Amino acid sequence: MSTASKPSAPTRASSLTQPVNGQKADRVFRGIATACGILILVALAAVALFLLFRAWPLIGGDQQANSAVIENFTGGKAKNFWGYVGPLLFGTVLVAAIALVLAFFVSIGIALFISHYAPKRLAAVLSYIVDILAAIPSVIYGLWGGLVLVPAIYPFWNWVAEYLGWIPLFAGPAANPPRTVATVALVLAIMILPIITSIARDIFLQTPKLLEEAALGLGATKWEMIRLSVLPFGKSGVISASMLGLGRALGETMAVLMILSPGLTYSFRLLQASQDQTIAANIAAQYPEADSIGVSVLIGTGLVLFVITFLVNLLARRITEKAGK
Amino acid sequence: MRSNLARRALAALCGVALIAVAAACGDNTDPSDRPVSNASSISGGFAGAGASSQQTAVEAWIAGYQKTNPKAKISYNPSGSGAGVVTFLTGATVWAGSDKPLDAKQVEESKQVCAGSTAFDVPVYISPIAIVFNLRGISDEDHHINMDATTIAKVFNGKITRWNDAALAKQNPDLDLPDLPITVVHRSDKSGTTLNLLEYLKATAGKDWPYALSENWPNDVGQGAKGTSGVISTIDQADGTIGYADLSQAGGMGTVAVKVGDSYTEISADAASKAVADSTLDETVPGANRVVLDINHKTTVEGAYPIVLVSYDIACPVYKDADTARFAQSWLGYITGKSGQDQAEHATGSAPLPDNIAQYVRASVDAIEVK
Repeated sequence: MSTASKPSAPTRASSLTQPVNGQKADRVFRGIATACGILILVALAAVALFLLFRAWPLIGGDQQANSAVIENFTGGKAKNFWGYVGPLLFGTVLVAAIALVLAFFVSIGIALFISHYAPKRLAAVLSYIVDILAAIPSVIYGLWGGLVLVPAIYPFWNWVAEYLGWIPLFAGPAANPPRTVATVALVLAIMILPIITSIARDIFLQTPKLLEEAALGLGATKWEMIRLSVLPFGKSGVISASMLGLGRALGETMAVLMILSPGLTYSFRLLQASQDQTIAANIAAQYPEADSIGVSVLIGTGLVLFVITFLVNLLARRITEKAGK
Repeated sequence: MRSNLARRALAALCGVALIAVAAACGDNTDPSDRPVSNASSISGGFAGAGASSQQTAVEAWIAGYQKTNPKAKISYNPSGSGAGVVTFLTGATVWAGSDKPLDAKQVEESKQVCAGSTAFDVPVYISPIAIVFNLRGISDEDHHINMDATTIAKVFNGKITRWNDAALAKQNPDLDLPDLPITVVHRSDKSGTTLNLLEYLKATAGKDWPYALSENWPNDVGQGAKGTSGVISTIDQADGTIGYADLSQAGGMGTVAVKVGDSYTEISADAASKAVADSTLDETVPGANRVVLDINHKTTVEGAYPIVLVSYDIACPVYKDADTARFAQSWLGYITGKSGQDQAEHATGSAPLPDNIAQYVRASVDAIEVK
């Protein structure tokens, strides 16, 4: 009657009943993992080669034609490639750096609040919200920044220009509408905030309880405990989190394109329009109307951005290693 | 087992192909006004690419053309003037739309795709460029601001910085101009609209407009915004802004009336058409059959509006393929003809080609070799 009374039926080999040879599976899995590892290298090499190949006319081609194209791009403001990419690079680094500075301290604050201050329930909700923020596409931030923040924030920048205008960074008059580096950096800061927060929170949560309790046992206040145990423990992780955020800010295209009024100068005047431009946004803006040499000039600027991002990451790795010791 | 799998794959492939065929059959003509007669024999797929300024007009033309040629499948990729010409010169498209005529090098290159002859360009789309502004109490009350060429140049080069400047006040005695800074808004990307406005300023403002002609904005005055929509939304965002855009995009904004002769002309399609009619052909361009307009920006014709965007179509006089040649002739003939131009004016507010220019265009289009 019962189906269990069929001992003669072939049963599938189970690791519970029969000894298995795991070597084959082990080899296969190892092979797959190695292939994945190599794939990422191949992808990186392919990108680098593509950039070099497409930018080649810039290096090996007719220099006169190149400078004609660059003059055409800039309305005669830049004559050669370095004169063109220099201000763009400056703008890229400036915007990303300000965004990072704005986001960094707030992120650490949010992460510490979630990991050490907030009640459990609130911490869970906050973590969830931060993760959702990280998933919002940049074009949404761009739209919000361009359509809502720009008209709304003018009174604030105007106030800043009026009262802090003696600092060269905030020299007035504030542009109206404020499609400026200051506004863009603010939006980028909001964009990278969740990335940094999310990683920093995970790391702070991993601080060994023993360390924390030892600090508290020695009579440290909560802030002293965090300063003495949590922050040193999380330092290297927080730095790599910031570098991830910086990477996103360096390459951000849509939000910058939709908010910033571009210029081509080495200018620190954050509240004035048409001062700086970033490489990524410039490529997106100029590409549709570029001819073949124009495209290689733009890809050449992309190569510079690629190298810079690479260097930033390398630097971060160095710092992380040093901090880890 | 194996052949079974192969058969299944084949079946799946056939299914996908069927769907693709069915999808390709759909077109955007309204079935109710499809003609019963089989008036034309032009059929097949034809592609063009180029200036995005023409996009809306081309869409209207395609719909209109397919009413009489229901078998022709036409596509237009608004990839931009530069990209459109590059694609055309590779032979991938039948025609290119461009906001500026071919240069000498491109004419030479075109021999490869035009079976040894050189490509020609004809004006197909003339759009008045509006100088638009947002000024509380003036633009929202439907008032125009009068400006002569020098004043426009001085606003756009940053010499006039406030709305109550004496030069503006003198030309607009009826308006109460506020003491407010002027924020200039210009295109940040390359644009035929920018080029055509700069041509006007260069021709009329003399020493007040010292910059070279370019599709990029030449100075650092004011703010840049991407695309016409970017310019319009930026102007919309703040009081005291001024910029420029194709008339079709300028809805709801205040527009500047430009001084022509002794009076100020408000922008309109007909006024732009008048200015084009008062223009001549540029005879210096190399190559045959080319109709390149030398817009008379200094026109003094009463009621003419001299700031216009002229967008060209670029095609071959000889095609390797007879079907393509017949299509090119019939297509260009349609869009530059009366009904095509009316269609575009209806859809975009563009200015119809004036008769004296249209006759040259017709001659060039008729010269396409059809076997």
